[in-house]
Amino acid sequence: MKYLDEFRDPELARTLLDQIEATVTRHWVMMEVCGGQTHSIIRNGIDKLLPPEVELVHGPGCPVCVTPLDTIDKALAIASQPGVIFCSFGDMLRVPGSDRDLFRVKSEGGDVRVVYSPLDAFRIAQQNPDRQVVFFGIGFETTAPANAMAVHMAKTHGLTNFSMLVSHVLVPPAIEAICSSPTNRVQAFLAAGHVCSVMGYADYAPLAEKYHVPIVVTGFEPLDILEGIRKTVLQLEAGRAEVENAYPRAVQRDGNPDARRMLADVFSVTDRNWRGIGMIPGSGWELSEKYRDFDAAYRFTVTGIVTKESEICRSGEVLQGLIKPNQCEAFGTLCTPRKPLGATMVSTEGACAAYYNYGRFTESEGAPR
Amino acid sequence: MTIDLSGWSCPLPLRDEPNIMLGHGGGGKMSAELVEHLFLPAFDNAALRSLGDGAVVAGASRLSISTDSFVVHPRFFPGGDIGELAVNGTVNDVAMCGAVPRYIAVAFILEEGLPMQELGVIVDSMARAAKAAGVALVTGDTKVVDRGHGDGIFITTTGVGVLADDVEIGPDRARPGDAVLVSGTIGDHGMAIMSVREGLDFESTIKSDTAPLNHMIATLLEAGVEVHTLRDPTRGGLAATLTEIAVASGVGVLIDERSVPIDRVVQSACEMLGMDPFHVANEGKLVAFVAADDAERALEVMRGFEIGTRAAIIGEVVTGHPGMVVAKTAIGSTRVIDTQIGEQLPRIC
Repeated sequence: MKYLDEFRDPELARTLLDQIEATVTRHWVMMEVCGGQTHSIIRNGIDKLLPPEVELVHGPGCPVCVTPLDTIDKALAIASQPGVIFCSFGDMLRVPGSDRDLFRVKSEGGDVRVVYSPLDAFRIAQQNPDRQVVFFGIGFETTAPANAMAVHMAKTHGLTNFSMLVSHVLVPPAIEAICSSPTNRVQAFLAAGHVCSVMGYADYAPLAEKYHVPIVVTGFEPLDILEGIRKTVLQLEAGRAEVENAYPRAVQRDGNPDARRMLADVFSVTDRNWRGIGMIPGSGWELSEKYRDFDAAYRFTVTGIVTKESEICRSGEVLQGLIKPNQCEAFGTLCTPRKPLGATMVSTEGACAAYYNYGRFTESEGAPR
Repeated sequence: MTIDLSGWSCPLPLRDEPNIMLGHGGGGKMSAELVEHLFLPAFDNAALRSLGDGAVVAGASRLSISTDSFVVHPRFFPGGDIGELAVNGTVNDVAMCGAVPRYIAVAFILEEGLPMQELGVIVDSMARAAKAAGVALVTGDTKVVDRGHGDGIFITTTGVGVLADDVEIGPDRARPGDAVLVSGTIGDHGMAIMSVREGLDFESTIKSDTAPLNHMIATLLEAGVEVHTLRDPTRGGLAATLTEIAVASGVGVLIDERSVPIDRVVQSACEMLGMDPFHVANEGKLVAFVAADDAERALEVMRGFEIGTRAAIIGEVVTGHPGMVVAKTAIGSTRVIDTQIGEQLPRIC
């Protein structure tokens, strides 16, 4: 298939792997920031083909994984209110709050609907003027433009029954938090291609310089990822720490200027608590003053939220690249996709789920781990 | 999608009521009219004609029985409708142990207000599917529920098939060395339903693959293919089917991801929504585990059917990793193929 098969070609993959192998002389640790990349790496078995010197650690770029627990609890409370139509992307429905998930709310009578775009939620609001329609606006910079557009359209059309529960997170502050952590092992980053297709990659240059880490904008298909790794290894071996674009078919230096203008209008930067990681200054977006009327956090009064996280779940360490999912004692035993302890075991982009679903078999062992 | 109902004209005695009413399930004259003027003419056969509480049919020493309920929404979709699905689905379940499906019992749960025209088209489509599969609809039941208490129409079908004495096919009979075949492209039905349900437009319409598989199975057996296991990968898709067989037989299954046939439009729809075609439902596909020596012959039989032109050998049964399905990935690595927890959900980005 066009734009897919070309980027999954086994011979070209072998060529890139040979080049990586010929270049690498020592052990390097690099982080793929985005959960979509983690998913692709494990699903295609890319990690098993790399030379042992190249260690991939999985980053915090799984939007549903890092959405703070109190925000999920707030969503559950709003979705339970009579008269509310609560719209969300599908993979948010199974993410555990303190005591239940959105699927549970739906089974208890809440009107929870899976939508494919925030604009679908906007349309549902137009069609149901007597109901309050709330969209769960989460995600990184990638999903933000469509969310911003939905809020903008609601304002333009004067909709009083549409609002958004916003918990957007931003990649550059997360990279900075990882680099400045005393326990950091990451020596280079594969930046998330789709985030950069919106935002461009100019913001990464100061980080590459300050922390002396190569940052390579990388795509999602197997060859994209191998090319990102190849460019990263070349930089590391040469002692360079630059921002490079290995995904030029989708990413331009300045990203998408129209989308960025819309984002600057609708959102303003705020401090954000990341589930499992903690507060990262300036790492989130909330609705700007101009659009405050459309903020579900203000429209709905939700009190009495007492969050409760699993005591044994180590998803925070997984999200920071400190441990691999299968190094957690609960992995595959107490914690499985059927009974997840943390969001990283639920989301299709969560590293724990990717390891569990695709990565339990290793050739050398010949048996499941 | 526009639904064309014009191919069916309501029988005269039913024309006074354009919609299903509670009385059509009341057991009185209205119920009798529905049976007499709609179901009987459509499904006509000797066993049904007696209109007893049960049908009396010829039997055999070994029978295969299966039952399934159909609640699909929307009722009409590209490539089929709920009626055709209700017949083919049960025909296929009966046939998967190597039986020849013969009889079907059907129960309708209708919602008050269902247009008579729609019921007529659905019944018509069931009659055609039964004829194509070579089964008789011999007994049935109709209930009508209050408006708002159903989704238009629910259909439950129960099928009975006769089984030859020497046929031994089951999910626990796969053996190391067996070849694994699939009779065509995977994921068509699930993506067809999803595209109409969610109003998603792709470059061309994805059609459901709903079809009876009993003729293909009978031909495989007639050709002397040593068949060990047969399954139709419906809900849960190819991944769930292969995993269930690996677990039931206590063997490993190794497939080559690139050899699994997937329609181009289905593949791109799945990529767009972040869904895995291995987990998407099929309604007219057969997964067969056959003795390795018979693999080519089985492939030839499958490809001889219009619904099997894209049949392929996709893998083999191995002694390693018992109970687990492993795929060789496109770029030459490996990954596990596992069963989904619940419904597959479209990804966020």
